Amino acid sequence: MPAFSAVRRQEPLGWGSCLVFFAALGLAFLVSGTLLAIQGKPALTGLWLLVESAFGSRHALEDCLIKAVPIFLCSLGVGLTFRLQIWNIGAEGQFALGAVGATWAALTFPTWPWYALLPIMLLCASVAGGLWGAIPAVLRLKLRANEIIVSLMLNYVGILILEFLVYGVWKDPGSFGFPMTSEFAPAAVVARIAGTRLNWGLLLCLAIGVLMTVFLRSTRLGYELRACGENVRAARYARMPYAFLVILVMAVSGALAGWAGFLEASAILGRLQPSIMSGYGYTAIVVAWLANLNPLIIAVASFLLAGLRVGMETLQLDLQVPAAFGGIMEGFILLAVLAGGFFSRYRLQMRRAG
Amino acid sequence: MMRKCLPLFLLALLALGSTCFAKDIKVGFVYVSPVGDAGYSYAHDQGRLAVEAMDGVTTSFVESVAEGQDSERVMMNMARKDYDIIFATSYGYMDPMLKVAKEFPNVKFLHCSGYKNAENMANYFGRIYQARYLTGMVAGAMTKSKELGYVAAFPIPEVIRGINAFTLGAQSVNPDVQVRVVWTKTWYDPATEKEAAKSLLDVGCDVIAQHQDSPGPQEAAQERGVWSIGYNSDMSAFAPKSHLTSAVWNWGPFYKEMVQQIIDGTWKAQFYWYGLDHGIVDIAPFGPMVPEDVQKTVLAKKAEIASGAYQVFTGPIKDQAGTEKVAAGAVMSDGDLLGFNWFVQGVVGTLE
Repeated sequence: MPAFSAVRRQEPLGWGSCLVFFAALGLAFLVSGTLLAIQGKPALTGLWLLVESAFGSRHALEDCLIKAVPIFLCSLGVGLTFRLQIWNIGAEGQFALGAVGATWAALTFPTWPWYALLPIMLLCASVAGGLWGAIPAVLRLKLRANEIIVSLMLNYVGILILEFLVYGVWKDPGSFGFPMTSEFAPAAVVARIAGTRLNWGLLLCLAIGVLMTVFLRSTRLGYELRACGENVRAARYARMPYAFLVILVMAVSGALAGWAGFLEASAILGRLQPSIMSGYGYTAIVVAWLANLNPLIIAVASFLLAGLRVGMETLQLDLQVPAAFGGIMEGFILLAVLAGGFFSRYRLQMRRAG
Repeated sequence: MMRKCLPLFLLALLALGSTCFAKDIKVGFVYVSPVGDAGYSYAHDQGRLAVEAMDGVTTSFVESVAEGQDSERVMMNMARKDYDIIFATSYGYMDPMLKVAKEFPNVKFLHCSGYKNAENMANYFGRIYQARYLTGMVAGAMTKSKELGYVAAFPIPEVIRGINAFTLGAQSVNPDVQVRVVWTKTWYDPATEKEAAKSLLDVGCDVIAQHQDSPGPQEAAQERGVWSIGYNSDMSAFAPKSHLTSAVWNWGPFYKEMVQQIIDGTWKAQFYWYGLDHGIVDIAPFGPMVPEDVQKTVLAKKAEIASGAYQVFTGPIKDQAGTEKVAAGAVMSDGDLLGFNWFVQGVVGTLE
């Protein structure tokens, strides 16, 4: 019986890793199709329906883009911290704080025109989310507190702050006691791009995506960030500003999640309510890993994941597949792609006997 | 001869075709939780199945839809796929549905538990508080400690109304009864809800009622050997030894009525708030431990409420501080009920 051993690749796989990715995706689809067949649903039709209803029409593409925006912003931030080997699990809470910050501005200056109000809302969301993100960073540096635990715990605190406000002082008196703020003034709502259902938040994503790519590739700080992520000791020895970088990435990550909270509250809901929390902060962790922490691939992965979730709804509607199937399929895709990552870094070598 | 007959023949075929192959009415449902939860969405889905059984009607649903943008997309998708009628069964679907309703004037929309209407959008709910009053009577008759426990989801009018009705029902048969309320801030979290029930049992409650979608509180009551009152659907299967009865939803007749009215063209986009009179709410069959005289009293009251002879929220009703909120003989209006934000006397708990 031939035995294999894994050997680390000397050269990066390059386009080959694309092949590995699609093979992994194919495998996940194969398993999902089998699961559909076991439920007595048409497997091929089902998978085609999933893809078609996610990407097959203008409406579908718009829906995917809208849903991808918050996932992308959270993932981009989380991915940035992961580069530095800092594990921000707190995008969910930072998202909540961002929404709270933006809502505070919207409720405090309701009469301002949009060109003044929207930037202030964005600023407040960045500050609130950024500060929330900086807390675990500071605690890590000063008290050696584990940032995974701290950022995770702050999620619960952040969500509770949001609920405290919408159940309490911010509750709309006209809502029959239901927990939600009153509707934002029109000036506090990010407008739609004419002729589409998309809003201008998409442009914000585009801009920050490009900016992030440039920052990581072509600036000194970006280089130092990547270097610190590879080897903290060596980087410190080279007098790189590790502590500053830790606080920076956590604050930026928090601010980006805050942007997502701002856009969801302003453009999508037009008010703050507890159901704004849809777990994008946790999804972001998955997406950042799927995308190998690369901003461009994060954008693609956010879009694909949004598509999967949008498509699953049609699959439910047309074939009455249970909602849990979407979660199972998502899990398989992640598992397959991450396992596939192994083949990008290692190659199998047949071991000869003797 | 043949030529003369052909147009006639074609016409006949056409007529036949339009009757035999008339397009089915498509009805879509949007649920906030999975239908398998034995709770709220399960009850709505039982209603959907009743509609599915109607002639010329097909139905489908999407479950676990988050309130907010996701629900807007799901409803939009249904409307684009030529669904004729869309039911959305959670409060947070209200504003998204209103947006979609404006874009699809030919589709009929029905929203559960909210308060906004449009020309093609009605809202509806059931007077589950009537059933809660009856279950309160059962609990009041069965308690020995005169302490009833109530595991509740969120401090919103729907839940507060139910707690108040339950309390008044219990007091009607046992004036000294107190109802202790614990908020879980969850709709469906079996572990949390079971723990909440245990905390109520620890302070001496011997009947546990619930406004939750999981049977967690039922199980807690059975483990301690005390009584329990279920909600949403008949929960006796989860705790056969402790289950006295449940306040249950029975959406089938109402959903069929709505769909039939829309087919007939007699439907109106208004607020439907039916109760025991339409069978939309009810109580589950009594457990064997409920004495016959209690059963009789409760069923007599049920008939009284169903006929309109008795209103649950008839004064005098005092609040927790003892201030009279509803004068003797006066009846609270639907508007007051929809905005209920205070507890009646005898409830132990806060609104936060």
